[in-house]
Amino acid sequence: MDWGAIDSGGQRSAAGWQRRESRHRQDPAGPRPARPPGQLPRLLPDGFTDEPTHLGEHLARHGPLPAWGGALRWREELIAEVELAGLAGRGGAGFPTAKKLAAVASSGRRAVVVANGTEGEPISAKDKVLLAQAPHLVLDGAVVAAALVGANEAIIVAHSAVSDIVKAAVVERRRARADRIRLRVVPAADQFVAGESSAVVHWIERGIPKPMATRQRLSVSGLNGRPTLVQNVETLAHLALIARHGADWFRAVGTAREPGSMLVTLAGAVRWPGVYEIAIGTPVREVLGRAGGPSVPLSALLIGGYFGSWVDAEAAAALPFSTEGLAPVGGNVGAGLVAALPASACGLVETARVTRYLAGESAGQCGPCVFGLDAVAGQLERLADGRGASLGLLHRWIGQLRSGRGACKHPDGTIGMVRSALEVFSAEIDLHAEGWCTGTTEAGVIPVPAWSQS
Amino acid sequence: MTATALAATGSQSLWLVSRGSGLILLVIFSAVMVLGVATRTGSKSASWPRFAVAELHRTVSLFAVAVLVLHVITAILDPYVSIGWIATVLPFASHYETLAIGLGALAIDLAGAVLITSLIRNRLGLRTWRTVHYLAYLAWPFAFIHAIRAAPYDSHIWWITSIEWGCLAAVATAIITRLLSRARPDATGAGPDAGAPGRGPRARAMR
Amino acid sequence: MKGRTGHRARLAVDMIACDGRGLCAEVLPELITLDDWGFPIIARGGLPPELQGQAGEAVRLCPKLALRIER
Repeated sequence: MDWGAIDSGGQRSAAGWQRRESRHRQDPAGPRPARPPGQLPRLLPDGFTDEPTHLGEHLARHGPLPAWGGALRWREELIAEVELAGLAGRGGAGFPTAKKLAAVASSGRRAVVVANGTEGEPISAKDKVLLAQAPHLVLDGAVVAAALVGANEAIIVAHSAVSDIVKAAVVERRRARADRIRLRVVPAADQFVAGESSAVVHWIERGIPKPMATRQRLSVSGLNGRPTLVQNVETLAHLALIARHGADWFRAVGTAREPGSMLVTLAGAVRWPGVYEIAIGTPVREVLGRAGGPSVPLSALLIGGYFGSWVDAEAAAALPFSTEGLAPVGGNVGAGLVAALPASACGLVETARVTRYLAGESAGQCGPCVFGLDAVAGQLERLADGRGASLGLLHRWIGQLRSGRGACKHPDGTIGMVRSALEVFSAEIDLHAEGWCTGTTEAGVIPVPAWSQS
Repeated sequence: MTATALAATGSQSLWLVSRGSGLILLVIFSAVMVLGVATRTGSKSASWPRFAVAELHRTVSLFAVAVLVLHVITAILDPYVSIGWIATVLPFASHYETLAIGLGALAIDLAGAVLITSLIRNRLGLRTWRTVHYLAYLAWPFAFIHAIRAAPYDSHIWWITSIEWGCLAAVATAIITRLLSRARPDATGAGPDAGAPGRGPRARAMR
Repeated sequence: MKGRTGHRARLAVDMIACDGRGLCAEVLPELITLDDWGFPIIARGGLPPELQGQAGEAVRLCPKLALRIER
């Protein structure tokens, strides 16, 4: 399998998605008991593999899903268990999963489950890797979620690079008559905003991957007017394991407020860029260490993805990798992405490139997003080029683009990232004003897809 | 004899009022069209905020309805010509000047639709309302041709024809201005360019 | 207008329908200002009862029916 092909931008990115060879090897001899609670990895297979886990291996490793008769009490109990486990969405927003499940389940009408594996963020690869390596875990989660909310259909929206694998897994299950509900795979759209919840629903319904201006929440009226549960594929994978092993097992790793493990994509200036599974709360330095540590001295980290925040590398190194832990530096784990910026690169240049990309990926539906992000990107480019930008104008526009000015969080997320950049790279800004730049490497450390006018 | 004279005068008055109100109505209807276009097109002027133009358009339209009622009633009541009530809204039902009156009836039908949909716009939703509202562009030409043809004897009076063609010029100018402003890429009437020289989808059209 | 829960009514804009025409800001400058691209920024803090009437006007005047009052 060519991992290099997994890149939404069609451009060979710095992350090669290759996993480190683990010391453990997979034991093919018969079923195994539940994993010891504290041991990782939970979601990803042990050791290096370039084949998706087949149904048989999957069942051998994790055991079957607990049987249920569809009893209401079982549903309530499992939702309570999920709440106890403290599972939060792994798509970036971190919304408590039990709350979402309860909201959709309480509608009383026939619901539908959407497993969101779009992963519109270009450098993030965790959802692709999860679907490529452990599709059955995600499918288990979708099936459990469907049973919990009263749905008889689950739609898996998978990134086009891995949708065939997921389709094959669905066929495997169908042949084995593994599920009571209908599973359907839809290849995801390629745009950045396509991963937003209402955009995914819009995409399935009408083939338009743009967020919708809905008066009603998706849990009340979503896909084809039905109560819809949209959940990130990683969240569903965790759900599948909670259904088997329970809340205590889940909480054995992670922190008290943010329990469990999570998948992170490590990109940029690290020795072995790729997707790794970590316990939430692991110190940032250790997280980077999983990828072999920094390949060169670092100046800053972009944590959480394009909608995350820049943080100073030194300041963040000792902090726990959790939203609570990163709060002092204004960071947020987001969709589990850490991009390492070497000291030899210019943070302003990278920020300008990312912002220009994000401005171009606007769905084009709301004025402040279309015009505002373009204007901000323009000023950042001037700042990066040393062409004499107006910081006053930049701050004014950032103030005008405060939260909620668009139909989705695209402008909010972008401006949040820009704000953090202006703080972390303030010294660089002063230098640029004088005509100097500390960057000595070519721009392009943070992978940005070749932007095309859409 | 007095009665006959009175009757004749009365009839004469009705006829005059009907023609007069028709001409005034054409002027008012033309003003409504121009104001309607002005609501959308052109930059804001300091003394005439957009909402004022929008409100004026609305007020003048309602005034036009009042004049229309006068025009129609006097035309029907006028014994000199026989136009049944039904011919007011049913096109080509009149025996007198069938085409001209028919076009007038059509104009009333279309304008009526525009009016009603505007009054309940909030309930209809934007798309329906807008589609029907565009019928105004059809109603006005019908009204204009009606004006010219329903009273052919008036075409000899220079100031009447001047007013009529003046109305045509005003409405035509408004429509052309609207078409031209649509052709420009940033025709949204959005705020001033704040000076950002950024490349990218600057001129991306808004949906 | 405060409901029994004490929540104020508030103005909300459908930003996808909004076209930056600016009529709302003309009618209700106390609560609505325009950003540098002509689009409305609604002040936080809800809709005070004394501005209820003007807000209704603004809702009616919006050419794209993008403004609404949420209770």
